[in-house]
Amino acid sequence: MIRARMLTSGTAEGPVLPLGEPLSFWGAFEPRTGEIIDVHHPQRGQCVKDTVLVMTETRGSGSAPGAIAEAIRLGTAPAAIILAEADINLAVGAEVAATLYGRSCVIACVTAQELESLRAAKRIAIRADGVVRAE
Amino acid sequence: MWDDGVLGLCGAVMDLPEQTRAQLAGDHGPAMQLAARLVVKAAEIMGAERLIPISFAHLDACFYTGRAHVDFVRFLTGNGAALSVETWTNNGVVSLADPSLRPREEDPEMVAGAAELMHLYKRLGTRPTWTCAPYQLPGGPKLGDHIAVGESNAVSYYNSVVGARTNKYGDYLDVACALTGFAPDAGLHRDEGRRAELHIDASALPESWRREDIFAHLTGHHAGRLAGRRVPVISGLLSGTPAFALKAISSAAASSGGVELWHAVGVTPEAPVLDAVFGGGETYRVTAEDLTRAHRDLSTARDGPLDAVALGTPHFGLGEFEALVRLFDGRRVKAGLPMLVSTSRGVRAMARAKGFLAALEASGVEVPVDVCTYHSPRVRGLRGRVMTNAAKWAYYAPGMLGVEVAFGSLKECVESAIRGAVWRDPALWTNA
Repeated sequence: MIRARMLTSGTAEGPVLPLGEPLSFWGAFEPRTGEIIDVHHPQRGQCVKDTVLVMTETRGSGSAPGAIAEAIRLGTAPAAIILAEADINLAVGAEVAATLYGRSCVIACVTAQELESLRAAKRIAIRADGVVRAE
Repeated sequence: MWDDGVLGLCGAVMDLPEQTRAQLAGDHGPAMQLAARLVVKAAEIMGAERLIPISFAHLDACFYTGRAHVDFVRFLTGNGAALSVETWTNNGVVSLADPSLRPREEDPEMVAGAAELMHLYKRLGTRPTWTCAPYQLPGGPKLGDHIAVGESNAVSYYNSVVGARTNKYGDYLDVACALTGFAPDAGLHRDEGRRAELHIDASALPESWRREDIFAHLTGHHAGRLAGRRVPVISGLLSGTPAFALKAISSAAASSGGVELWHAVGVTPEAPVLDAVFGGGETYRVTAEDLTRAHRDLSTARDGPLDAVALGTPHFGLGEFEALVRLFDGRRVKAGLPMLVSTSRGVRAMARAKGFLAALEASGVEVPVDVCTYHSPRVRGLRGRVMTNAAKWAYYAPGMLGVEVAFGSLKECVESAIRGAVWRDPALWTNA
């Protein structure tokens, strides 16, 4: 059983989108559409909306929390983001969005090994206590 | 593995200052409560045992990325928030100084929101510096100061070149630190977090190469690729490497990797010798091929006629303005070709006092202030093939602006601007 460290509270469920390379939420991601726009990213053009994003870590800019908060406001954010490296920027952005708008995006952290096993899943559900169910 | 709702405890297990406890309890209103909650949440995620007082903050949250930013600062100003430390601001999306840099026809919601955001941060009590390169202004932090900074290149520069201590506090957390006056005592605030984890040795390259401004951008890009988010130490930088080259390495490594601190032996303050920061381990020798690959990485356009030249990422410094004036030598940008050199109002005032600004304006160069070099309406209007000397701009512009980038040295940018087409310097990369 995988039990994630929950960086925000809440539950989430959705189809898995595993990312082969770290993503910057600012500059490489467009909150208005939920699309990956970085020309250097192998998954450019993919939409993260309502997915459970599985990636090792994020990259890049100090503007990431605003981008994730804006995506949450506009409803283009992933349902959850599962990382192997705890990410304060995402957690803070999601927390602020929860205060301002009453909805959020679950940010959860697992071990690198657990993350690799989750990449192959089709759907993932995360419980409030951090238990991750993968299909 | 983890307690249920570990973060919901909000500081129950941490040794917190009394003031922060009172803020968490809501004694200072909902704005300070949110600020304290964000700082404590960050501290818990980082595994900090305590908070540490800071003396300075530079905010990134004044840069408009959407309505959420305005909603956040409105929530703060509407609920009695007050800053605890000297707080400067990153560039905005629009210029408050120059109305022509906020044309209403370009996404009116963004233009209005961006200006509103900047006014709200002024009302919060910040010093409105509006720059991504605050370290180019007098009166900032010093070696050993604990600070809270959001903008990635400024984090990298303050940590590495100034020797002040900050983690990358992105949007909202930067504001939360400035409001509470505290940051988590973790990561780069602590001695053990500042050790180098890999060594990048450029000393085998010809000294003439290492003196070129383009070398700093390419080396920074390469270092970021190798380091990811780790702390690299670079050897082989020449002593007396100018501030603009250190800025280039800081910003390039932060965008291609995620580098928040790097050392350079004999150049940055914490690495007088390699042993001071590096106990051995992964070592890479920089080769000519590495620089060629970095150059290719940063160039998406074939050489040809130009549609614009964009400099000043991060914001141009006084030394760069001086170099630019020297390179133009009274010549003019080709008629009709936009050449933008972004900077802060503070540096522009210094450049004006030195006569650089008048010379550049006579050469047909535009010098916008307050704004970001790839996110202002003026820049967003650029199309086609754009030349830059800035690795960070070259990295982001293709995706963000849909332009093609020709990357080159400062001299190549100037000569190309005069000709209206990409010009390559035959003397670059020779061993002379």
